[in-house]
Formats: sequence, C-alpha cells, structure tokens
Amino acid sequence: MTKGVDVDLENVWIRFGNFVAVREANVNIKGGEFFSFLGPSGCGKTTILRSVSGFLEPSDGKVRIGGKDMAGIGPNKRPTALIFQNLALFPLMKVWENITFSMEVKGASKAERRKRADELLDMIALPDQGEKLPSELSGGQKQRVAIARALCAEPDVLLLDEPLSALDLKLRQHMRTELREIQQRVGITFIYITHDQGEALTMSDNVAVMRAGVIDQIGSGHAVYNDPATPFVASFVGENNVFRGKVKSIDGNMALVSTNRTGELLARIATTAQGKLKVGDPAMMFVRPEVLNIAPDTSPAVNRLTTSVLHEEFEGLIYNVFMEGSEGKEIKMSLVNVGKQRQSAEGNNLTLEYVPEQAVVLPAGELASE
Amino acid sequence: MKTNSLLLKVLLGAYLVVFFGYLLGPLIVMSFTAFNSPSFPKLTPWECLTFEWFDVLANDERILNGIENSIIIGIGTVILSVIMGLAGALMLTQIWPKLRATYYTIVIAPILIPGVVLGISTLVFWDRISIMLGMSTGGILHNGIFLTILGQSTFIASYCMLVFIARLQRFDTGLTEAALDLGATHVQAFRKILLPFMKPAIGSAAVLAFLASFENYNTTTFTFGKYPTLTIELAQKVRYGINPSISALAFIIIVLTVIGALAHEIYRRRQQLALANGAPVSAVAGSFQLPKILSGNPAAIILILLTLGGASTIWFAQSYSPDSCKMDVREQKRLIQEERIKAIREKRQLNIQQKQHQGPDVFGGSKSTAPATQSPGKGAFGNVFDPGNLDKSAPAPKPEKPVTSPGKGAFGDVFSPQNLDKAAPKED
Repeated sequence: MTKGVDVDLENVWIRFGNFVAVREANVNIKGGEFFSFLGPSGCGKTTILRSVSGFLEPSDGKVRIGGKDMAGIGPNKRPTALIFQNLALFPLMKVWENITFSMEVKGASKAERRKRADELLDMIALPDQGEKLPSELSGGQKQRVAIARALCAEPDVLLLDEPLSALDLKLRQHMRTELREIQQRVGITFIYITHDQGEALTMSDNVAVMRAGVIDQIGSGHAVYNDPATPFVASFVGENNVFRGKVKSIDGNMALVSTNRTGELLARIATTAQGKLKVGDPAMMFVRPEVLNIAPDTSPAVNRLTTSVLHEEFEGLIYNVFMEGSEGKEIKMSLVNVGKQRQSAEGNNLTLEYVPEQAVVLPAGELASE
Repeated sequence: MKTNSLLLKVLLGAYLVVFFGYLLGPLIVMSFTAFNSPSFPKLTPWECLTFEWFDVLANDERILNGIENSIIIGIGTVILSVIMGLAGALMLTQIWPKLRATYYTIVIAPILIPGVVLGISTLVFWDRISIMLGMSTGGILHNGIFLTILGQSTFIASYCMLVFIARLQRFDTGLTEAALDLGATHVQAFRKILLPFMKPAIGSAAVLAFLASFENYNTTTFTFGKYPTLTIELAQKVRYGINPSISALAFIIIVLTVIGALAHEIYRRRQQLALANGAPVSAVAGSFQLPKILSGNPAAIILILLTLGGASTIWFAQSYSPDSCKMDVREQKRLIQEERIKAIREKRQLNIQQKQHQGPDVFGGSKSTAPATQSPGKGAFGNVFDPGNLDKSAPAPKPEKPVTSPGKGAFGDVFSPQNLDKAAPKED
C-alpha cells in the first residue's frame, strides 16, 4: 500500500487577469493526512485543488508534492488523482473500464485490468456491477465508482472536489464515514474540498478555512471550531451569536467587552488575538448557541444577558430558542431535549448565561454572509 | 361547426395529396419509366414491362465511370472534410473567447459563398500554386480528382464543422481532464474519450459530406478535368438526349434510400421499445442482433440489402421474359407501320395517278420519314437482354451503396434534368 506524501504550498498566488483567486497560500499537508479546504463557494478552494492536480500553474509560488517542485509537470505526470465534483465518469465505458482506465492508458492487459477491477469493486461493495454503464448506477454507487477509479491509479495524493455535494443528506452522511474509512485503509494523503463545515469537521485531521482567496486559519477541527482566528472563521464554521462592541478591560486572556445592546460581557480572547487586542479596540464577541443556557436566577453578571423570546424551533435532539439581539439579528440558543419543561414562552424575558471561557473575543472584522 | 371541421379535413387532405404529389410525384413517375420499354423515358403509352434499361445502365461506360469518379471523390471529400471539420470545431472550443465570433464567421463563410465561385477560385488558386512550384500541367495540382476533392471540401468541411460543434457543445471537458488526471496523454485522452463521444457525429458528418459531394455540380463543373463525376456525366448526357437507363439509375437510388431509411427506423424503434420495456442500456447497446462486424455498421447492412435486392432483381429478370410482349409490340408497330406505308403508297399512287409528271421527287421524301420514327428503339432491342448480360449487371448497383441513407432530397436534385425531359414525350 502506498504511503501518503506531503503536499506543500509555498506562497502560492493564482491570478486570472486582474482577479486574484488565491492570495499567498502557505499550507503544509502531511503525508497520510485527511486535509480539508473549507470555504463558501467562490473562495478559491477549487482553484487551489486544480493547482495541486496540475490543471493550473500558480502565478507565483511553488507547489511541492513529496518535496518535489511540480512546476511544469502536467496533471498526467503528477502522483495525484482527482475526484471531480460531477464525478466525470466516462459515460460510454462500462464501470470496470472506467475503474481501470488508468491501467489501460499504461497498456495493462485486459485480464490484469479485469482482476484489478474486481478487487476494487469488492472494496467499494459493488461486486458484479462491472458490466453496467455509469448511467445505470445510483448516485451513491457512481460516487464509489469514482473513488475506485481514482484509487486504481494508485496515487500518493487523492484530491476530492466536493464529491458529496450532489448526494442527499442520508447518503452524504454515510459516505462521510465511508470516505474516512477508505482513507485510513489506503493511508494516502486526502485533500478534500467542501463548503459544508460538517463534512470538513467530521472527516478531517486538519482544516484550512478560506475566505475570498485568503486562508484565514489552518488547524484541527477542534481548533477551528473552538478557537477561531478571525470573525469570518467564527461565523462560517458552525453557528455563532455575534455581539459587537469595544474592549473595556483586559485581564490576562480574558476581556470584558462593552456591547452595544446587551451590556458588558466577559469572554476569552482568541489565541491569535492574544497580546494584540487592546483596550478600546472595536471587538466582536462570539457565543455559540449550545454554550448559552438559561440562568437559574435573573441577577445580572458579566456572563449573563437578558432578552425577550421571539420564537422557538423544535429539532428533536435539540430545540432552538430565538431571542431578540442587536441590529435586528436574533440570538440563538440550543438546548438539548432532555424532556424538561421549557420555560421559554413567546414574549417572555429570559436571562441567559454562559461559561466565559467558552465565548471568544476577536478584533472586529468581516463576517461570513448568511 | 361539424361541416366546418369536415371541410377543414377535406382541405387538409387535399393539401397533403398535392404537397406529397409535388414532392414525390416526379420520383414515382420517373421510377415507372425505368420499366417501360420505349427508348425514351415515358409513362404513356405503356408498352412492355422490361428490365433492359438496367442492363443498358450496367453497360453504359460513361455512367459507370462517372459513378466511380463520384465515389472516389466522395470518399476523398469525406476524409478531408471530416478531419478539417473536426479540427475546426475543436479549434472553436479552444480559441480565445474574444476571437470566437470572428473565427466562427470566417469558417462558416464558405457555405454562403456560391459554389461556382469556389470552383473557379479552386481552379485558379491551385493553377497559380502549380506554376509557382514549376510543375507541369499534368501534375497532381491539375488532377481533376485532387482539385474536385479540394474544391468540394472547402464548403463541405463547414457543414461537417456545424455537426461537430453541435455535438461538442454537449461534451463535458471534465472528462478529458479526468482522463489526463488518471495518467492519459493528450493523444490518449483524445482517442479514448473525445473521439468515442464524437463517433455518432462523425458518422452523420461523413454521410452528409458524401451526399453533398455526390450531388455537387456547380463547384465540380470547374474542377473535374479528366474525371467527370456522375452529375457531370448526367448533365452532359442530357444534352445529347437520354434513355430510360437514367430512370433505372434513379430507381436504384430511390429504392436504396427507402430501404436504408426504413432499416434505420426499424432499428431505432426496436431499441426504443426495448428500453421502454426496462431493458438495461448496456444490454440494448450490446446485444444488437447482427454479428459484430455489422453492428453499428450501416455500410455493411446496406451492402447485404443491396446484394439481396440485386439478386432478387436478377432472378426476376431471368424468370420473366418481356421478349414475347416486345415481339407483340413490335408486331403491332410493324403493322401500324405497314398500314402507314400502305396508306402512303396508296396516297402516292393516287398522287402518281393525279400528277403523273411530278412522281420521283415526292417518293424519295416520304419514304425516308417513315423508318426514322422507328429507329431509336431498334438498337436497344438487340440481344442485350440475354441472361449472360444480366450477370454483368450485378456490379452496377454495388458502388451505389453509401448513397442510400438520408439524402433523399439531394438525389431528387441530381436527376432533375430527366424530370424535365419527361414532358418531352407528350409533345411527340
């Protein structure tokens, strides 16, 4: 089984005319890692992937795969295989011919190809489907054939361009686990592109969050979720309640923010902002819906806010309570449904509290658009 | 209301009859003239059912030679036009987007330029080139086949390109990228991914190119040199008068066209039916009833149909002999002739009796006109029709095979000179 190799982007810029698609990307992906690029559509993540697979030369900077500079090496000479967003299965070839295309172009005999196709079909749990045409398969089956086709080329790096976006929710969740399993079995480097933070967090060892061509943060799922580097990351990955204001005082890692509407609130300063954030700076405080809770009493504190309930939403596992926030935005609180009597009738005033260490303060900046 | 709709239906029916009569009438009339024995293509009076005109056709060196040249030129044009058309279409997808509209206009222009202009310009241009290169006038650049292929391809390639562009628009360039990504070279990606995708378009472009080449007259007339094509031969023949062998040729072409179209339609319907009944795509595509060489190979199917058609025609021709009928007709004609001669003789005698002094002069004149009416048919009645000759006729329809497919309209045109001439007999 091939061992995954490192993929490094060094100061990569990609421009199309005057438009900068990728700005100064520096990424170090370790061999055998499941690495995701996460960002809204049009943020340049697919462009980065194409520069790794060789369909695009970076305007500046270097792409290294396994330490080797890939400049001037075409996609057919790189040790990468790409799974396309639309899968790009060859419609006129049977499934087994699709899977073994990479062997066919190298001149492997038909018997060899058949044998390998059968192995791979077993691996993707589609035995005896080799004689079908791709158009006769279901979405999930096509997906797996595309993976088998890419793996048949025995790449050192597998690139996946939003391969699950066309599937329905159930199948998508199932394929997440399956992809992760395949990755661990074959042990090669996976680079995964997605705009779905759930996919990125569940599967990846590391995630790079991108915004308009810039990589805002690289880190594990935990880091990205719990310790965002920018307001964009905080608002794009998962859900977050934003409170705008100014830093009133700083004590170690903790900052007191005087918010525009909800009074003074205490929160931890994000790791990247520690030492940089100063008293008087405009700041944004983020509290996740699951961090908020109903306070046992209504006495004010620096980790409490009082607001009125607007409406409620029941999801089964959790129920969400929406309350009046600043600037017309709603404050969302998620409570686990443990069968307790709910106290949140519409129009009621509620006092919420949170653990200050679980809330994050960042210098004010751009948020992800809803 | 009821009478209104009835009237409408009647009118519609009448219109359809007129419309189809207009479209197909000449073809039908012409087909029948191929089986009538008079030596000028005519439907009335119907004399004898005969196949001799197929025989005459099979022995007409000029027509056969024309068909041969047409086919050689057709194949050359197909090869050149398909390649140029495909290259042109691919270029359109690759070219800088700002130039695309301009490029499209340029490559489509030959379709809009009159064929006559293309013919003259081809002749002049290659003549200049030939002189520049210091080649003799007998060189390849003055060769009729070479020039005709080049001249026709200038605009036929544009037709092909249109076909290819339509198909290419549905091509997912991601497939080529996927192939490259899986280690294929650019040539392999082209051969294994794009070319199979383009195959149906290449097929239809080839048929289109062949038909356009086969029926072309106005460009070819400038470039054919020593190699007249079928259309050129037919046009030249018309000047010296024609016989029903041309109807026979038309009939063969019409029959082949109809058979080809029917076969294609049957195949298509059967496939649709199978798909509608839930047969998997791969099964329908894979389990074509014919052996492998024939599957998806219209030329082979046409060849078989042609052989069958030819064989049955020969068999029928051998088993049916129009000789007795012709003898009867000849006998009748002879009788009529004799009666006429008799009448003339009587008249002459009367004349002689009336004007004894003016005899010899009138006598000579009237005698020479009588046999003249009889003569045109005589040559054809000889021993042309014995079975030995019929065997020779078999190769004649063979080179025709690629003609069968869709271009009904195209062939209607080719034979228009004969259609015009049908009017002639009535004036006789």
